[in-house]
Formats: sequence, structure tokens, C-alpha cells
Amino acid sequence: MWAWLLHRVTGIGILLFLLIHIVDVSLLGFGPAVYNDGIRLFDFWIARLLSLALIAAVLFHAFNGIRIMLIDFLSKGAHYQKVMFYIVLALAVVCFVPTAFIVLKPVFVAFFHGFVTAHTK
Amino acid sequence: MRISNGYGPRPASGGFEAFSWYFIRVSGIALIFLVIIHLLVMHVTTDVACTTFQFVASRYANPLWRLFDWLLLTLALLHGMNSLRIVIDDYVPSRTWRIRIVSLLAILTLVFFMLGTITIIAFQNVPASLLGPHCVQFH
Repeated sequence: MWAWLLHRVTGIGILLFLLIHIVDVSLLGFGPAVYNDGIRLFDFWIARLLSLALIAAVLFHAFNGIRIMLIDFLSKGAHYQKVMFYIVLALAVVCFVPTAFIVLKPVFVAFFHGFVTAHTK
Repeated sequence: MRISNGYGPRPASGGFEAFSWYFIRVSGIALIFLVIIHLLVMHVTTDVACTTFQFVASRYANPLWRLFDWLLLTLALLHGMNSLRIVIDDYVPSRTWRIRIVSLLAILTLVFFMLGTITIIAFQNVPASLLGPHCVQFH
């Protein structure tokens, strides 16, 4: 049931983002100045955290989608659904951690840069 | 309009619901690759603050990236909207309202598909834009 609920909630969240994303990318039609002003927003730490929520949702939805297809198409699929759910969670976490580090790296760098300059004056 | 169930067994009646059941799975397999490559390109190999107009221009110099983005747009939109239709079947018991909401979804799908497609096809590089910095940053 948790897998079903998470699949549905992450799916709706990703779809909502997709609709917003189609609109924000359409700013490309207004030229580089307008588009790059929009891209600036993605650099904020809060936007980076939201991106990570999206990335986590996508990873879970992708791996659980494979699990659903294995349940549908393999005769033994339903028998292993529970252990496959734990594998899905583990794979999502394993892929998410390094991605989160890379996405947040500029925030850490800016934070420690500020910290070092404030304490070396 | 019958109540569909995209999560459970394949609809036995055949027809559109069975097609839709297969479409969600086939597009899902394609989307695993398209979306993960998209996320790697936009968040891992390039920082998101560097995905500027100039970055899009350099990527779109190769028309295959436009095809990639258009496939991503089309499959993700149809996969998502078709699945949302099934979610609505689950929660909206009134047949009249199901038809109204699903019709609205169909119109929204068409509008967003057209907006995305126009953005991808109409993108043109502005030569002077290549002079500016490639990454925007606030820090």
C-alpha cells in the first residue's frame, strides 16, 4: 500500500512540476536576458532543495515503475513484491545521496566561503 | 465511461483501456532513460546555474537534442496526463464530473503539448548572447 501511495503522490508531484517546467522553459522565446533571469532562481538554496525533492520523487517513481512492470509481467513478480519494494527504496537512496551532494555543493561552497571570509578579517 | 485501473491487472476488455495500460508501461520504460539522462545533464554534469540560454544554444546546435527534448516532453506529458485520468476515475464517482474533468485534462494536454513543441521548434540562437557569462550565480 505504501508503494502504491508513494507512486501516486510522486507521480502527481512530478506532473505538476512538468507543467510548470513547460511554461518556464517557454521563456526561451523571449531571448537570453529574460531566460537567464529565470535560471537565476534555480541557483537559490531553496530552489536547490526543491530540485532535490523532485529528483527523489523521480528516482522512486522510476524504480517503483520497474517493480510494477516486474509484478505485471513475471509469474513470480507478485510473490516478490515486498522484497522488491525494499530494493526500490535502497536503489533510490543510493542514487539520491551522491546527486544531492553534487546539487548542493555550490551552497556548501558559498556557505564556507562566507564563513571563512567572516573569520579571517 | 468505465472506471479504469492502471495499477492493477491489464484491462480484459481490450480496446482503449488495454492500449492505455500498455502505453503507460512502454512510455515508462522510455522515460526512465530520457528523464535520468535529462537530470544528469541539467544537475550533475552541468550545475543548474549554468543551464543558461547559451547552454541551450550549444546543445541545440545538434538537432538530435531537440528530438530528445521533444520525445521527453511528449512522452512525459502523455504518461502523466493519462495516469492522472486513471487517478480521477478512482476518486470522482460522478460520471458527469469525470467526463468534464477528463475533457479539461485533454484540452490542457493539448495546450501544454503545443507550448512545449513551439518552444523546442522555434528556439533560435542570438549570436550576441554568446559573449556573456555562461553561469548565473547569486553568491
